[in-house]
Order: sequence, then structure tokens, then C-alpha cells
Amino acid sequence: MIIQKQKDYGAILKALEGEEKIFVAGCSDCATACKVGGEEEVAAMKARLEADGKTVTGTTIFDTACQRGAVRKKGKECRDAIAAADAVLLLACGTGVQTVGETLDKRTHVGADSLFVGEVRRLGKYSEKCSTCGECLLEDYEGICPVTRCAKGLLNGPCGGAVDGKCEVDPEQDCAWILIYERMKERGTLDKLKSYRGPKDQSQRQTPRSYAWPKPKKSSEKKAS
Amino acid sequence: MSRLQERLHASDFVFTGEVGPPKGVDIDHVMHGAALMKDSVTAVNVTDLQTAVMRLGSLAVSAKLVEAGIEPVFQMVCRDRNRLALQSDLLNAYVLGIRNVLAITGDHVAKGDHVQAKAVYDLDSVQLLKAISLLESGTDLGADMKGRPNKLEGAPAFFKGCVVTPCADEIELQLIKLEKKVEAGAQFCQTQAVYDPAAFASFMDEVSRRGIRIPILVGIVILKSPGMAKYMNNFVPGVSVPGELMQELADTAKADRKKKAVEIAARLVRAMKRMCSGAHLMTLGWDDAVPEIVAQSS
Repeated sequence: MIIQKQKDYGAILKALEGEEKIFVAGCSDCATACKVGGEEEVAAMKARLEADGKTVTGTTIFDTACQRGAVRKKGKECRDAIAAADAVLLLACGTGVQTVGETLDKRTHVGADSLFVGEVRRLGKYSEKCSTCGECLLEDYEGICPVTRCAKGLLNGPCGGAVDGKCEVDPEQDCAWILIYERMKERGTLDKLKSYRGPKDQSQRQTPRSYAWPKPKKSSEKKAS
Repeated sequence: MSRLQERLHASDFVFTGEVGPPKGVDIDHVMHGAALMKDSVTAVNVTDLQTAVMRLGSLAVSAKLVEAGIEPVFQMVCRDRNRLALQSDLLNAYVLGIRNVLAITGDHVAKGDHVQAKAVYDLDSVQLLKAISLLESGTDLGADMKGRPNKLEGAPAFFKGCVVTPCADEIELQLIKLEKKVEAGAQFCQTQAVYDPAAFASFMDEVSRRGIRIPILVGIVILKSPGMAKYMNNFVPGVSVPGELMQELADTAKADRKKKAVEIAARLVRAMKRMCSGAHLMTLGWDDAVPEIVAQSS
């Protein structure tokens, strides 16, 4: 999921300067799981803004904020409250903020910082395992991603900077290469490491990325294949 | 062919030195330092934004050394340039008369003085060596509009070096990577600092057992003080200064430290001389120590 954390309240308040009436929204998915923009956090934000003299015209939880259809649907349900507001404050990821802003055609303020696509180790502890590089290499590294989990994204082996199995950049993080090595040794696949891996196709992560399902083949073509 | 390549080819025991470009444009000091070691070493390494600190580049200082009649080893890290810039700088280096190049991953920007910078690592050190080999063969990492290999107007030729950490945590990983570097075109290797000849001996045994045949220059980093030795132990991965050496430094009066540092460095070279092809002396600004270390190493 998109791991995120709420922005400092002071920064949110500053962004809302000049806006009197606010519609506060969250998202049922990642933002709820990260306790950034679920029911609880949206209610708390409403109370806090009201205590600071803002009028909250309404609240909602999008299901989900990154889906135009869902935003449109909720937007209709909350049409009056949204129309009455000067702006929306969304406690969710950056994709959500843009989807909501564009779909509702309403100035939408950012209530959270999107950190990374990550794993929930347990509530409140998250880690990055995949950087959505567009070309998955996990097969070649026994299921441990060096693109993401090696601080330098090295593909042919470690830099030699690990200390006691920890990364030189962040001693809290395991050296991905030692993890890969240990797992390969355990599984008897160390030979995989010996072949040269060429430079990554970075064009796969050239932003902004988009993806659309290929058009379905015509039935005549289907038969032929 | 570079002099370094010639001498290693002739199986002479070779010394190389190292200078670090300044943060700024005053190059007198670095040029003077290189001149001090010139007659004692075959080539002088020029570090490339070492420890991720912004400074004058390795390319410019290497070119200045060429002008001054001193053979440089152009160190090149993968941290700051993408594959276009790396390949272009290799062409630049060749045109400027630089013939030795050393491919290094490079310390992470988090270790330097621009911690908010974007770390590039578009290529790793193995891929960089492969890129150099490709340039030498007259092509590059790219392709033309039809997907065919590009063709260079004139190909460079380098003596290509790599690095290894002989006392790293997982030595087999280092050895596998070294093998890949040799396959990718590495023709010589410089090591991270070694203070333990016995550990180096077992590393070299493993190197020859694996059939790695390129000349290896043992890395000697001068120990300036007990504090520095402690720092190396605590903060430089894969480097460990034995307790006896720490004690020897601690027992030396401050005024005699430089003499002692030279003595220890030379002793390390003598202990490992027969195991390898040369010694890479990293004197960390004590450039005038190089001739004395070389003299005491025989």
C-alpha cells in the first residue's frame, strides 16, 4: 500500500490560510490503514479545525480516493457540503489529492506526505520492498529486491560497505546483498549471482507513467491464434 | 599502453600513490603533492568526490597530472553520473591523455556534505567496466533508432581497474563480484586498506584458487594517529586495525608519529609484497611520506 504520514497540523493550517469553510475527507484504503485519513482521523481533524475557528461543511471517506468513479459517486452524495466549502482537505496520498481535486473540480489541500509503496510490518511500522521500477527482477534475486532494498540499487553484488549485515547508509536496514546471498546459499542457487546483469532499463520508470489494458483482440483474430 | 600497465605486465612490483582534489580551484597543493611522490610511484590515483563531498573533479586533476608528466589513475564513481555522462567522461578522459581508469561504486551521498542530493547509480561498478570495454570495442551502451549498436568515431583504449575489499564481512560475495569485474574487463585491482597480512594471504589464496589472474595492488592507508585507527575500525567497513598496531601508535610520542606511520606502512608492504603485484599507498595528504615508505619497503 501507499505508506503515508499526516503532515504537521501547523503546515495544514498554513495551507488552509484564507479558506474559511473546509470539507474534510479521508480514504478507506491506505490512508485508513496508516491511520492518516480514516474515520477517526477525519473526525479528529474536523474537531481541531473547528477549535481553530474554521467551519467544516462536512466530511467523508472516499472508497477510494484514487478511483475517479468512487470519488464522483461520493462527490454526488456530499454535493451540497462540498459546494458550500471553499476547499477540500484530503487526508490521503498524493494520487488521491489530485484525483479528488480534478474529479470534483475543487481546490484540494494535501493533508499527508506519501512516503513509499510498502509493507505493513505491524501497525505503525512500515518498510519499503518495491519501488515500482516497471520491470520486476525478483526472480533473479530469490525474491529480494536489490533495486529497492540496496541503497545504491546495485545489480551485480554488494558495495562492500555492510557492517554486521547492516547497510552503510542506514544501520537500521539489512544489507540486501547479504540477505540475497544468505538465501541463495540456503537454496543452493548461488550460481545465479555469478552471471553479469546489465544496466537496468530506466525508461520503465520515466514519469509520468501510464498504463492501459491492451485492446481486446477481434474474435476472428482469436480463432486464428 | 600506460606505464602502469607496462610495469604490471613486466611483473615488476609496482607502487601507486593517491591525491585528493581540493574543495575549490586552488590546485597548487594537490599538484605539489603529486610531484612529491612522482619519482617513487608508477602512477597517482586521483579520487573522485571521495566520501561524497563536492570538490574539484578527478577528470580535471587527472588531466593536469598528464600535463605535468605524472601518470594518473582516473578514479570514477557511479554515484553522480548516469550512463551518458559516465561514457562521455571516459571519452573526455581519453582525449585528455588519461589511460588508467578505476571503476568504483562510490560512497553514498548520505555519507557526504550534500545529503539531499539525488544518488544516481545508473550503472554499478561492474556495468561501468563493461561500458568501458564496449567503448573500447567502438560502440556504447545505447542503440540507434533501429535498435542497432551505435558506432564510435574513434574508440578509446584504457587500462581498466577495479577495487575489492579483502576483509569485508561476506568475502565470498566480494570474490564473486571481483570475478564479474574481471569478466567485464578489469585488468588490475586495488584493494581497500589492509592491516592484517594473514587475512590478506587467505584472501589471495582464494583469489588464485578461483583463477583470478589480474594483478592486485594491496591497499595501504597510512595510520596517522591512534584516533584515526579507531575511526577506521569504527566507521570504515571492511577495515580492521589490529590491537597491536593501535598500541604501537599509542606508545609513540606525537612528534614521532609520522616516522612511525611510515615505518608501519612500509612494514605492511614488506609483509605482503610476495603475495601481490604492487601496493597502492593512500597517504591522506602526507604526500611527502610516499618516497620514504617506498624506500623502506624494499
